[in-house]
Amino acid sequence: MAVRAQFENSNEVGVFSCLTNAYAIVAVGASENFYSVFESELQDVIPICHATIAGTRIVGRLIVGNRKGLLVPTTTTDQELQHLRNTLPDEVKIQRIEERLSALGNVICCNDHVAIVHPDLERETEEIIADVLGVEVFRQTVADNVLTGSYMALSNQGGIVHPKTSIRDQDELSSLLQVPLVAGSVNRGSPVVGAGMVVNDWLAITGLDTTATELSVVESVFRLGEMAPGGAAAGVNKDSIVESFY
Amino acid sequence: MSMDLDAPVYVGQQEQTAATILCCNCGAPIDGTTSAGALCTDCIRLTVDVSQGVQRDAVLHCCRDCERWLQPPTSWVVAAPESKELLAICLKRLRGLNKVRIIDASFIWTEPHSKRIRLKLQIQSEAFQGTIIQQSFEIVYVVANQQCSDCQKSFTANTWRASVQVRQKVPHKRTFLYLEQLILKHGAHKDTVNIKEAKDGLDFYFSQRNHAQKMLDFLSSVVPCKIKKSEELISMDIHTSTKSMKFNFSCEIIPICKDDLVALPIKLARSLSDISPLTICHRVGTTVNLMDPCTLRTTDVPTGTYWRQPFSTLADITELKEFIVLDIESTGISNGRYLLSEATVARAADLGSNDTTYFTRTHLGGILHVGDSVLGYHLTGTQFNNPHFDDIENSHQYGSTIPDVVLIKKHYVRSKKSKRSWRLKRMAREHEEEATNPNANVPTNKRQEQELARMEADYEMFLRDVEEDQELRQTLDLYKVRQQQAMEDEMDEDDDEDMDGEGHAVPKINMEELLDDFDELNMDDNE
Repeated sequence: MAVRAQFENSNEVGVFSCLTNAYAIVAVGASENFYSVFESELQDVIPICHATIAGTRIVGRLIVGNRKGLLVPTTTTDQELQHLRNTLPDEVKIQRIEERLSALGNVICCNDHVAIVHPDLERETEEIIADVLGVEVFRQTVADNVLTGSYMALSNQGGIVHPKTSIRDQDELSSLLQVPLVAGSVNRGSPVVGAGMVVNDWLAITGLDTTATELSVVESVFRLGEMAPGGAAAGVNKDSIVESFY
Repeated sequence: MSMDLDAPVYVGQQEQTAATILCCNCGAPIDGTTSAGALCTDCIRLTVDVSQGVQRDAVLHCCRDCERWLQPPTSWVVAAPESKELLAICLKRLRGLNKVRIIDASFIWTEPHSKRIRLKLQIQSEAFQGTIIQQSFEIVYVVANQQCSDCQKSFTANTWRASVQVRQKVPHKRTFLYLEQLILKHGAHKDTVNIKEAKDGLDFYFSQRNHAQKMLDFLSSVVPCKIKKSEELISMDIHTSTKSMKFNFSCEIIPICKDDLVALPIKLARSLSDISPLTICHRVGTTVNLMDPCTLRTTDVPTGTYWRQPFSTLADITELKEFIVLDIESTGISNGRYLLSEATVARAADLGSNDTTYFTRTHLGGILHVGDSVLGYHLTGTQFNNPHFDDIENSHQYGSTIPDVVLIKKHYVRSKKSKRSWRLKRMAREHEEEATNPNANVPTNKRQEQELARMEADYEMFLRDVEEDQELRQTLDLYKVRQQQAMEDEMDEDDDEDMDGEGHAVPKINMEELLDDFDELNMDDNE
């Protein structure tokens, strides 16, 4: 299922929230509208955590996580870390990492099995990512952009990358990730798909400006809705998805 | 207004043509690596308008009288309809054009009476990163009437702020003809609003006081004159004490011309290096240059000195009489180009009736020969009503030195039909009603006919002066007469007639001295 939401007049929902298969983290905003979108979709399914990171609301860009773990930057205060530990399930490992590139959400893109990271990330960070998130780490770029987390949205079902990614790059990435990838945009042509949407295996939340075309691309590549696991379109590759939109 | 958009011109190189993304707007499959902002070309056409910041209608100001166009802020330029000058003016009127690149601009024909100008404009601009969009659209200009400052000036009476009234109280116009040439040569009349001919002189009108001051500076550098200033308050704002004034400058030129006979007051003559008081004026510069023809001594009368003790001419060139040189003998004394000689002359009118001859000393020894005709003042036969001359006659020292005849210049016989190969430019000016009849341009009454004849005579006299006096000529601009070629044959015949008995040709001006006249070719010259 894919829904549209807006965080205080901003379409960049991926900036203000983080969604995994085990939990969701939402920034503390002036109104609860954004939070209630998450609540209506995820209540009693996974815990939803109201949090700030280093006192800011841009939690989605500063942290990165999956079902197994959560990485937070060094700027996170002890109190915030404690709050996250209290709210999230006990089996989720939370780790604070010392990394110069502190906006972890921008430089790391992961699902429950693989992570595509910024090529300049430190070796220790790479090891911590592999340990905490339980993923295989690849240093890679997306359409010549080093900020993989910004220009790529990934779930265990599929992924969407920057619209200017060539077919060759898409093939290379999808062979690393072992999931189908498609180039696309969100929020009416915005290429920052990682920041413009959040996605897990059964839910995608995109900005309010996202067009129907974009939303249907998102739904099909992440196999949401009727294309969900076991659905009619299960197992189709991305070529046939694109073909179907003629 | 119809707006047709051209297809976007892609800057990025096209590697692949396979569709990779869906257009975010319409869902059409497009190649994401080359597309602009995940939009297909059709959607870009529909959604992006690069001409948004450009005005679609504007106002052009045109002066109805001179048909010039306002180029803001103040200049007015001539531009033909649908010319590139007009296009430049049109494009300059549009705001927002500096942010886009203009590819093409052309006029769309409109009915002139509609007072509209339609322009088709093609522009390019970057819509997304790496995507340049070319678009053409139409702009409608409304032509509004606005009187230009020059026309405003010409339609308003009394626009002048300062006037210079140049006067010389002499019965002829030779000085002004000379002054006119000087003004033309130096372009001193450029700032004038109007030039009027008045009795005994000219009036120059200026829009600014500074221009009048400039003219006065010019006048005082070429002629001996006295300047008086007066001003009139037109209006005044008592709160800010700003005033608007009219300025009048009276510039009176010393009424002594070249070749005039002058009787100086004896006291003044003594103070001027003790020159003999009966002198002739041989040159007028910024001072009056006087010469005693009997001794060739010269002196200058500065303007200040003259106006402290003004004196009038004893006789001017209208009173010249023709004499024939019977005998001439050089004394060997010379001063510049003048050579003092002793001559025996007889009145040309007396020849055949009596044998009266006059003995005189003259400064024209260099150019006079026996048998030549010469012009001079006949003092013995004349009654002068001049107190200074009476003083000279009564004085012990000078009474006996008064010559019978004072020779002034050689007389050349000119055939009437001979035409000059050179000409002078004239200034356009208005005649004041006082000087000529206001009713018609054609001379109708006798007075006006006389006036015209006198002016023509003065002009002819001036032209002769120019021919005879090289020093004078150097200060002027002389132009070749047009259709010179056609007239040359005629002139060859004239050359023979211009010789007088002894074969002394009338002085002619070399073609090298003449200027070609290129400007105002389109103006008719009926001078």
